[in-house]
Amino acid sequence: MSFQFRKHYYGDIPEDNAGGTEIKPASNPSLGSGGTWPLWEVFVRSKQGLDHKHVGSLHATDAVMAIENARDVYTRRQEGVSIWVVESKYITASNPDEAGELYEPAADKIYRHPTFYDLPDEVGHM
Amino acid sequence: MNPSLINYTLHLADNALILAQRNAEWCGHGPILEQDIAITNISLDLLGQSRNFYQYAAQLINDSKIPGSSTAPAPGGEGVGGEASEDSLAYLRTEREFKNCLLVEQPNGDWAQTILRQFLVSAWQYLLYEKLVHNSDEQIAAIAAKSLKEVTYHQRWSSEWVIRLGDGTAESHERMLKAIDELWQYTGELFIAADYETAAGFDTASLKDSWLKKVTAVFEEATLPVPEKVFMQTGGKQGVHTEYMGYILADLQYLQRTYPGASW
Repeated sequence: MSFQFRKHYYGDIPEDNAGGTEIKPASNPSLGSGGTWPLWEVFVRSKQGLDHKHVGSLHATDAVMAIENARDVYTRRQEGVSIWVVESKYITASNPDEAGELYEPAADKIYRHPTFYDLPDEVGHM
Repeated sequence: MNPSLINYTLHLADNALILAQRNAEWCGHGPILEQDIAITNISLDLLGQSRNFYQYAAQLINDSKIPGSSTAPAPGGEGVGGEASEDSLAYLRTEREFKNCLLVEQPNGDWAQTILRQFLVSAWQYLLYEKLVHNSDEQIAAIAAKSLKEVTYHQRWSSEWVIRLGDGTAESHERMLKAIDELWQYTGELFIAADYETAAGFDTASLKDSWLKKVTAVFEEATLPVPEKVFMQTGGKQGVHTEYMGYILADLQYLQRTYPGASW
């Protein structure tokens, strides 16, 4: 049986409009005809020990500029201590059309939650 | 009280304020959203630096008026009741009383000119603050230390842009050349000491070699020439400004001049 793999992009944008390929920043004449900057996803760690969390996306010509733009756009109110950026085209997303088979089967399996145990108070939050 | 220290502090404050005002003109007009935010962030950093210097200058001015102490020549900008404040110094001094360098008041031009102006100033400010951190005046040293981190980023950001545009397309290279042609003549003044700088014990000329080294390194990477034998304009430090300064102040001071004491 042949299996066809189709890549889905972040935000489920169809491939031809996906980030990282051909984004024209809002019709701005000052950018000239070469105004095509790739899209980047930004992840910010709010403090040491926590995870990097996705905060949004932005346009930049390269990784260095993406980090600096992210610093200026997403950490100007002390939101972070560390930034990751990745070009949006490198993110593969699940297909929203397959949400039924992928996620709904988990809905009636409440026994997968660890709520059927009596935890000693000393354990605290798990 | 030391009038040279007051004037020197005002000089530092004015440089930061006028460049902040110029960069703020980009607000809402940046070439792309992310860079619009970047340049206005830099504007706000500079505004913060100017406030720190103005507050200190105001304190020095007011202290110098205590009966019994030597009377300093009035630097202008007295507010309500003859008391100086950060606001009165920014909003109520005249063009001749501003001591900023000519370079910071030059027009934004295109993005290349704004970038180059920022780079030339930041490279100089970086070296300046780095020295001022060790200044014998504790307040100046503290403000410099706080500002140095911001300026380190300004220098990094603007030098990357100089390289990106200089070594970019034929169009961007051409625009950088034009910007150099426009701005280079105002760089000499940065290293020519005004009387109050010398009196305040600061060796302005000592920064020149390191500055030129930094600029040359970035220009080389950007495939841009470092101009030689250019006639250097001076006067800003003494209050003799280019024709743009009056318009900047008109914009900046209009509200306080028209509605004195207005606040919201």
